[in-house]
Amino acid sequence: MWVYEKKLQYPVRVCKPDVQMARYLLTQYGGPNGELAAAVRYLNQRYTMPTGRAKGVLTDIGTEELAHLEIIATMVYKLIDGVSAEEMRKAGLGDHYATFDGDLFPKDAAGVPFTTAYIAAVGDPVANLHENMAAEEKARATYENLIRLTDDPCLKDGLRFLREREVVHFQRFGETLMHVKDHLNSKKHF
Amino acid sequence: MRDMDAERLRMLHEIQEAEFTALELQLFLDTHPDHMGALHEFNQAAERLAHARRRYEERYGPLLSYGFSMSRHPWQWVDEPWPWEIEYPPRKDR
Ligand SMILES: [Fe+2]
Repeated sequence: MWVYEKKLQYPVRVCKPDVQMARYLLTQYGGPNGELAAAVRYLNQRYTMPTGRAKGVLTDIGTEELAHLEIIATMVYKLIDGVSAEEMRKAGLGDHYATFDGDLFPKDAAGVPFTTAYIAAVGDPVANLHENMAAEEKARATYENLIRLTDDPCLKDGLRFLREREVVHFQRFGETLMHVKDHLNSKKHF
Repeated sequence: MRDMDAERLRMLHEIQEAEFTALELQLFLDTHPDHMGALHEFNQAAERLAHARRRYEERYGPLLSYGFSMSRHPWQWVDEPWPWEIEYPPRKDR
């Protein structure tokens, strides 16, 4: 069960419309290291985790990623607010505009649509947790790329928040991995 | 996009801050369930959040769906702005 909270996790500010940047940001919506992939990946892996701690970490981080998906959507919404078809076209979003107008569509910055292959899972808790740690590092690196791509201090602030969260998630997954390994070893040597 | 009055934004900020503290401590406690200090801080943040949320909802309507918040007449849940429509003033600290 999930309950919607009518607020953002972190205030999203955008100093000026920037269609090009909206296009780049889409990669954190529907790209391989994006928030949609992360949320579904973690929530999908909960069911085979061996301990209460690991189930808790995947539930809570997966849920936080949904809040990040909303933050990215809000950034894109604000970046293209009031922008004309002509400006969308000039920034390379003419193809997006033709099909989706101002709606979001999960895809990466180059327009490659979201694929369920991003929702990595192998049924082995140790392998899954390694996957998640790598995913957090890739998301952190992607946010660093995005921060370098914009000169908007308002947008940078929100992106820095999201980058920080990936660092914390990586840390928590690392601790979970050690805990799960200990748990599996104690069962083996029994 | 909508400008909100300063008091409403201040109260919303208070909620965001308390909830973020609680969320961060929740993740920490998931991997450190025996940590007394973190648990104490978590419970304090949860209390701060409950108070801030109650004060906000009395003035501006429900923050949570499905019965976790009450509404006055007419049904306040559909009142705008929705979260993505809020215009936040520039940060003063940078
Ligand atoms: Fe993350």
